[in-house]
Amino acid sequence: MAIGEPMKIRAALAGDQTEVKVLMNHEMETGQRKDAQGQTIPAWFIQSVMATWNGKAVLSAQWGTAIAKNPFLSFKFKGGAKGDKILIHWVDSRGDQRTDEAVIA
Amino acid sequence: MDRGRRKALKSGGGLTLATLLAAAGWLPPGRAQAEGWNKSAFEAHSLGESVKALGGSDPVQSKDIEFFQTPEIAENGAVVPVGVTSRIPKTESIAILIEKNPNMLAAVFDIPPGTEPALSTRVKMAQTSNVYALVKADGRYYVAAKEIKVTLGGCGG
Repeated sequence: MAIGEPMKIRAALAGDQTEVKVLMNHEMETGQRKDAQGQTIPAWFIQSVMATWNGKAVLSAQWGTAIAKNPFLSFKFKGGAKGDKILIHWVDSRGDQRTDEAVIA
Repeated sequence: MDRGRRKALKSGGGLTLATLLAAAGWLPPGRAQAEGWNKSAFEAHSLGESVKALGGSDPVQSKDIEFFQTPEIAENGAVVPVGVTSRIPKTESIAILIEKNPNMLAAVFDIPPGTEPALSTRVKMAQTSNVYALVKADGRYYVAAKEIKVTLGGCGG
């Protein structure tokens, strides 16, 4: 099930590399905060992220609760050509997931 | 919890063949599990424990690991930019750990060949703390530290 707002993904050639910048929409709730009634707000956060280019993994990550709300991620990989597709996929601690794609500019 | 069954129940009257198959476990369910999420590493409270849970031991201090786009002082602990780059050959993974957070490990990135061992993200910091960049290269573990001063913490309520 895809939840939340689409990610903002920018992928652009920089020399022989492709630079990818991703902005995800997620609360990244730590499990440390309490609500107005003093009840602990349960942790809810992205646990795994996978970036693929033409079906090949170019980055994968495991995250804990310390990644900031609406996570930002930037990385570079060799190869990539204008028009190639970049896919970003995440799964959170509730088992919800989302995949968005961008084209290399 | 039987997520497949819950999903089938949630979809109410509109049971399709796909949801029935998913409920029977024949199709991947709509809800996924974060595969291989290293629970013990993320629940560790010291650098040593974290490294051990990640499968290594005794990281060596390295000057070939550098922080970039990382502030000395963060005004808002809820959003602290951290960039890490490794010049160590055969870097396989980069982890970011925050010493004084309730759980130290913030992120582990696996770097496949062809991907630059340099990445940046934004983390939450409860208070002024050392931030560690832990690099696995050719099977060995290396570490570098940087203190970031936080004027307003980012984990409490």
